[in-house]
Parts: sequence; C-alpha cells; structure tokens
Amino acid sequence: MIKATPKPLEEIINYVKDFNKILVAGCDGCVTVCEAGGMKEAKVLGSALRLYYTQAGKDHEVVETTITRQCDKEYLAELKDMVENADAVISIACGCGIQYLTEMYNDKIVFPGVDTHFMGINADRGIFEERCAGCGQCVLASTGGICPIARCSKRMLNGPCGGSEAGKCEISKDTPCGWHLIYERLEKLGQVDSFTKPVDPKNWRTSRDGGPRVIIREDLRKAEPQHGSAHS
Amino acid sequence: MEPRTPSKLEKIMAAGHLGVTSEVGPPRGADGAEIEHKGHLIKDYVDAVNVTDNQTSVVRLCSLASCIRLKQMGIEPVLQMTTRDRNRIAMQSDILGAASFGIHNMLCLTGDHQTFGDHPMSANVFDLDSVQLIQTVKLMRDEGKLLSGFEMKVRPQIFIGAAENPFAGPNVELRALRLGKKIAAGAEFIQTQCIYNIPKFKEWMKIAVDKGYTDKAYIMAGITPFKSLGMARYMKTKVPGMDVPDNLIDRLKGVPKEKQAEEGIKMAIEMIQELKEVPGVRGFHIMAIEWEEKVPELVKGGGLYPRPQV
Ligand code: SF4
Ligand code: SF4
Repeated sequence: MIKATPKPLEEIINYVKDFNKILVAGCDGCVTVCEAGGMKEAKVLGSALRLYYTQAGKDHEVVETTITRQCDKEYLAELKDMVENADAVISIACGCGIQYLTEMYNDKIVFPGVDTHFMGINADRGIFEERCAGCGQCVLASTGGICPIARCSKRMLNGPCGGSEAGKCEISKDTPCGWHLIYERLEKLGQVDSFTKPVDPKNWRTSRDGGPRVIIREDLRKAEPQHGSAHS
Repeated sequence: MEPRTPSKLEKIMAAGHLGVTSEVGPPRGADGAEIEHKGHLIKDYVDAVNVTDNQTSVVRLCSLASCIRLKQMGIEPVLQMTTRDRNRIAMQSDILGAASFGIHNMLCLTGDHQTFGDHPMSANVFDLDSVQLIQTVKLMRDEGKLLSGFEMKVRPQIFIGAAENPFAGPNVELRALRLGKKIAAGAEFIQTQCIYNIPKFKEWMKIAVDKGYTDKAYIMAGITPFKSLGMARYMKTKVPGMDVPDNLIDRLKGVPKEKQAEEGIKMAIEMIQELKEVPGVRGFHIMAIEWEEKVPELVKGGGLYPRPQV
C-alpha cells in the first residue's frame, strides 16, 4: 500500500494560520493503515490546530472527517457540504487523494497534511519498507521475486555492484542490498545459472519516465460495476 | 586474441605483454593544466591512462574533456563512464564524441551512488547499468547501431573495458559469475578493484580461469599503494567493497610514521611481483590516488619498465 507520514505541525500551521474554518479530511484507505491520515490522525491534527488558534487568540472552527477513499469521486462527493463550509481544507490522504479532492473542489484552497513516500509493506509496527517502484513492467519472475528497481539503490538489472558488502547496500549499513537478496533467492531456487545472462536495457516508457500514465481497461469499462466498487 | 580496435593497450596485451594502466583524477575546478601535469608524470610508464568520471560522486572536470587533453598530449586515454549521471541518450552521444577524437578505450561503470559525493541531494539516473553500457558500446562498435536501432555511417572503435570487484558481496563465486556476465556482454579487458587480499583474489582468478573467462578478456590487477596507516584503515573501514587484511595494517603499524609511505610502496611492489605469477593476470591497473608521482617507481619496481612499443 501507499505509505505516507504526517507533515510537521509547524508546516501545516504555516499553511492555515490565516484561515478560520478548517476541514481536516482523512482517508480510510492506505493512510489509515500507515497511521498518517486516518480518523485518529485527523483528530490529533484537529486538536493541535485548535490549540494553536486558541493560543494565538484567533477565531476558529476545525472539523475532522474521513471518507472511504479520496481517490474515488463518488466518495469525495460525500464531502461536499463540509468542504463548502470551510475556508481551507487540509487533506491527509496520499498525494493522489489530495489532488483528486482539489480537482473536485477546485475553488477551495486545499493543503497537503502528509508527505507521501512510496508503495511498501508493514515490516513491523511503525516500520514501512518500499517494495515496488511501479515500473509498469514487472520483472519479479526473473529476479527471485525481489524487485531490483525498488530495492537496489541504483535500480540495476545486472547487480550486485561492487559496493555490496555483507548483505548491505553501499549507501548504508541499514539498507539491505537488493541484489544480495536476489542472489540468495536464486540460489535457493536453483536458478543461479540465469544470473549469468546479461539483462538488456529496460524500456522505462512504462515507468514515470514515459510521462503521466493512464490505464484504460476496456474490459472494465464495458463490464457491470462489481461488488466493492464505489461506482454504483 | 586478435586486436579488434586501434587501441594501443589492446595491441600490447594481444601481443602477450603485461599491460599497464594508471589513472588520473581530474580537479574540482576548471584547471586543465593539472590534468596535463599528472599526465606528464606517468606517460612514459603506462600504456594508457584512465580518467575517472566524477569519482565517488564528487563533481570534477569531466572525463571526456580530460581524455581529449591527454590524447592531444600523445597519451592514450581510457574514458571512464558511469551510468549514474547520464541516460542512454547522453552516454551514446559522449561515446560518439570520444570516438570522434580518436579515443579508443572505455571503462564502463555503474558508478558510486550519489550519496557519497558532494551533491547527495541530486537525482540519479541509472537508465542503464554497467553491463548494459558494455552491451551498448559493443552494439555501436560491432553492429554500427545505436540502442534505437539507428545505423551509423561511422562506428566508434573502442576497446571495451569493465571493472569487477572480487571482494564484494555476496561471495567470490558470484563475483566471478558477474565477471563472466560482463565478458558475455562484451567486456574485453577488466580492471579489478584494488587488491589487498591476495588469497581471495587468487580464488576468484581460479574460477575465472576454470570457466574460460580469461581466454576471452584481459584481466588487469588493481594496485593502490598505501600512503599511510591512516589511509589503510580508512580503506578497510570506510570504502564499501574494499577488503584489507589485518596483516597489512599490522605491517604498516610496525614502521614509524615517516617511513609508512615508503613501506606502502614496497608492499605494492611485492604485490605486483606476486600477482604477475597468478594465471590469468594479463596486466596491472595502478591507481595511485593523488600520488601519481609514485607510478614510475611502482612500474619500475614491479619489473614492468620499459613499456613495449607496438
Ligand atoms: S519490477 Fe516494477 S512492477 Fe515489479 S515490483 Fe519492481 S517496480 Fe514494481
Ligand atoms: S550495494 Fe546492492 S542494492 Fe546497493 S547499489 Fe549495489 S547492488 Fe544495488
């Protein structure tokens, strides 16, 4: 899922200090899982803002809410009245949600309340690790199920480089070398031979290098909305 | 192996001589004279001179311009190129530019991550990796094509080099396999990481010989003399992928500070002598970091002087 972290309070206060009616809009999706933008975090931010306004002697009205997903306009529509009533909105959804909210309520000022980082996993309580860089053409089948793009600091397709040492990447002793992991897994699978063949240059057009990406799934466009979809 | 390019370095090794290269690190400023000065110090003692490409990700005068300077002084350059800072468009363009000046050797590298350098906040590129850069140069030279498939009228003539580090992780077998991969991609000479752990290097070389890699590429052993005990310790603990055994550190500890540089040179010469006898070693790459003036002594001491004329 997408991983984000709350922005520093001072930064957020700086955005909204001249507004009085604030809507803090969270999202029940990924940012709830990584505890950056769910209801709990919306309340924490809301309380902090109230405290700030009170201490600064400013009139204020801070409302917190969340919706199922900020990346779906059907759910965003639920925010209509609350957004209209606010002078400014702080969205604590991921960067996608923040933008889609802005798109929907285009005459309203919307500020980001989180920093969105990457697609990753919950390694442990409070530890999130990147796993996929969304390259658009997955190579996991040939790399032992470990992504060389997200997990090698140089996104090498023919690693490990000469800086790999004791399982760690040259950038830091805290960063596992992705290629070390790939090699270990290939060995376990008895596929080390596949390692000796050079891998050709990658076509990055399907990655962000090709420009903003759009997926058009004609099969889905024709099909009836399924259970779990907001498009009902 | 028959020489395939006009490279003097290739001709020397193809004729069965041990090849000798060294390197010049360009300055962190626009002083082209410094490159010429360093070139002068070593030119009669080596067959070709590598010019590093923003080594350790520190911005320096560019490798290509430095190589052109050396070439104009009559020194044969080895253009080092990392894939860190330039995409395939820029790299192919630089290769053509180099070839247009008669630069006939390249060392294809991935490069250190920018975290190490003076611009850790920069974006990185890594459109290709070192293996793919080797493939690219080979495609341009042997098939006259760019990666796009475009056919060139005039092809670059480049003796294709790569680096390999026998001492990096995960283990020596994998490092030998990766050497094989670079050779399969088209590498014709290999300059190794600085060698200090000779038993491990021999282990790596043995795999390379057994797998037939040494029949397809010239392996040049990397030598870097220690200037001081401090430098040896730094190399051991701070440089990723560097393997400095304790007995070498102890040996430097055993001599007074003012004699350590001399001892470092002695140790490097002994290493050259020993490595000459290792099957598959076809030359030496002497990286005397900011100590270029010592290259003549090392080459002479190693019994590699005078350099053959081809
Ligand atoms: S190869 Fe591409 S799609 Fe697959 S995990 Fe890596 S970045 Fe994601
Ligand atoms: S050490 Fe491993 S993860 Fe780090 S850049 Fe090198 S190959 Fe990639």
